[in-house]
Amino acid sequence: MRRAVEAVVRKDLRVELRTGEAVPAMLLFSVSTFVLFHFALDRRSVEGDLAAGVLWVTLLFAAVLGITRLFVAEREQGGFDGFLLAPVDRTSLFVAKAAVLFCFLVAVELAAVPAFAILLLEPSPWGAVPELVAVLLLADLGVAVVGTLIGALGIQTRARELIVPILALPLMLPLAIAAARATSPLLLEAGAQALPGRWLVVLGLYDLVFGLLAFAVFDFLLEE
Amino acid sequence: MFARGLKPLSIASVVLVVGAFALVFFYAPNDADQGFIQKIFYLHVPLAIVALFGFVAGGVFGIRYLRDGDRAHDLRSYVAIHLSLIFGVATLITGSIWAKASWGHWWLWDEPTLVSFLIVFLLYACYTPLRFSIEDPERQARTAAVFAITAGAFVPLNFLAVRMAESLAHPRVLSETGGSMPGDMYLTFLVSLAAMAVLFVTLCKYELTSKEASMRLRALKRRLAAADDDAWTPTARSAAPQQL
Amino acid sequence: MPALPLDDAGPYVAAAYLVFLALILIYVAIMAGKLVRIARELGELSELVERRERSSGDELSTPAGEAVPR
Repeated sequence: MRRAVEAVVRKDLRVELRTGEAVPAMLLFSVSTFVLFHFALDRRSVEGDLAAGVLWVTLLFAAVLGITRLFVAEREQGGFDGFLLAPVDRTSLFVAKAAVLFCFLVAVELAAVPAFAILLLEPSPWGAVPELVAVLLLADLGVAVVGTLIGALGIQTRARELIVPILALPLMLPLAIAAARATSPLLLEAGAQALPGRWLVVLGLYDLVFGLLAFAVFDFLLEE
Repeated sequence: MFARGLKPLSIASVVLVVGAFALVFFYAPNDADQGFIQKIFYLHVPLAIVALFGFVAGGVFGIRYLRDGDRAHDLRSYVAIHLSLIFGVATLITGSIWAKASWGHWWLWDEPTLVSFLIVFLLYACYTPLRFSIEDPERQARTAAVFAITAGAFVPLNFLAVRMAESLAHPRVLSETGGSMPGDMYLTFLVSLAAMAVLFVTLCKYELTSKEASMRLRALKRRLAAADDDAWTPTARSAAPQQL
Repeated sequence: MPALPLDDAGPYVAAAYLVFLALILIYVAIMAGKLVRIARELGELSELVERRERSSGDELSTPAGEAVPR
């Protein structure tokens, strides 16, 4: 199974590097949203709760963009059929796609979070970078798992671009809550405070529950 | 197939619901803090509990459908979620009325149960559009089952997260009565809960029977019309399962 | 929070219970609509069967008509 996963991941990453469909769009969307927030909130800078909220809302919406694109190539170019014919465990497609989405999210955040810090953040987040990275990684894992599941659900329908956002937002709400609450003490003007560990536990729990669930249930989405 | 037990269940519903309301207005004492307003509690909370169990039941039927492919389970899943959505609307409206009456606002962000419920409701509201957007009935059933299972697992997680988020900053407002209820209030609550639960099951059976009858009729029509070609009408796209 | 006196509280409680009643009755109305449709389709089906029996009845008047079961 690992070889199948590696093959699909390598294929998708190579396609993305060559054509650059998802990541640049997600990044551009994020930066535009930051600018939008500046005008909508009528503030030069944000900190604490507000900063965490702006950051996570933007990242989640950008993630939704990526989710919508995740299975499109498989659907349009017969990748699903090819995968079903191959003698591999079907769940490896799930693992591969989730890994790809995770990579996309990390790539986007590598640029978007500094952009956020420059454009909108009042305090410098340097002091809290390790904690911030921990929250981002855990949250990205959750988004990747749930997003892949939603992408696979959405690809079955005719109204993919509509179904994916309305499914994704409620499902990712606990993740958004935990991520925002965990991040907000890190972005305070007076200096970053300690990370509330309980929210990391919630994130971890979310990742675990949905990871196991998606693992168990993904097979059924691929049958023809 | 589904109609067995519908009649006794519906009689039980009448008895329990009327009995529960009678207890609410003639037996249960007025609450010390909230006064007469608290009577909404006997309506709102059982509706919420039954709706949540209905959603989870939809997920359980989804698992059973995926496991053995029997379309009857898919139909049960659909009906359970459908009715839970209706009970959910009732929950949200009665909760809002309760909030307005006791706190002056039509919505309370401070009440984690209400907020969690709204999120769950928003999620399940996607169930019917999702089903409707998939034409192939087999794939529709399978996708819907996967969604029902995912959403069912989401319900407890969501309540945990929202409770953690809200309760730390704000005290719980509406659910203070839930903690320690005197005996007669507790009895009234239990009867109301039983009434809503039995009502839910009755309505489920009602809808299942009706759907089964329509399906059988359609199948019969197709068989008879196969000889007379002019009588055949094609089935339109639908979110509900069309065939057993 | 202070408890509302009965005059003020009454309408809210009544509204809540009325919402419940309204939803149930709306459900009854929708199911009634479905029942009407089922009755109509049953009528169409009976008509189809009658038409079939009439045309097969015509065939029965010929000597070879015993193939159609009653």
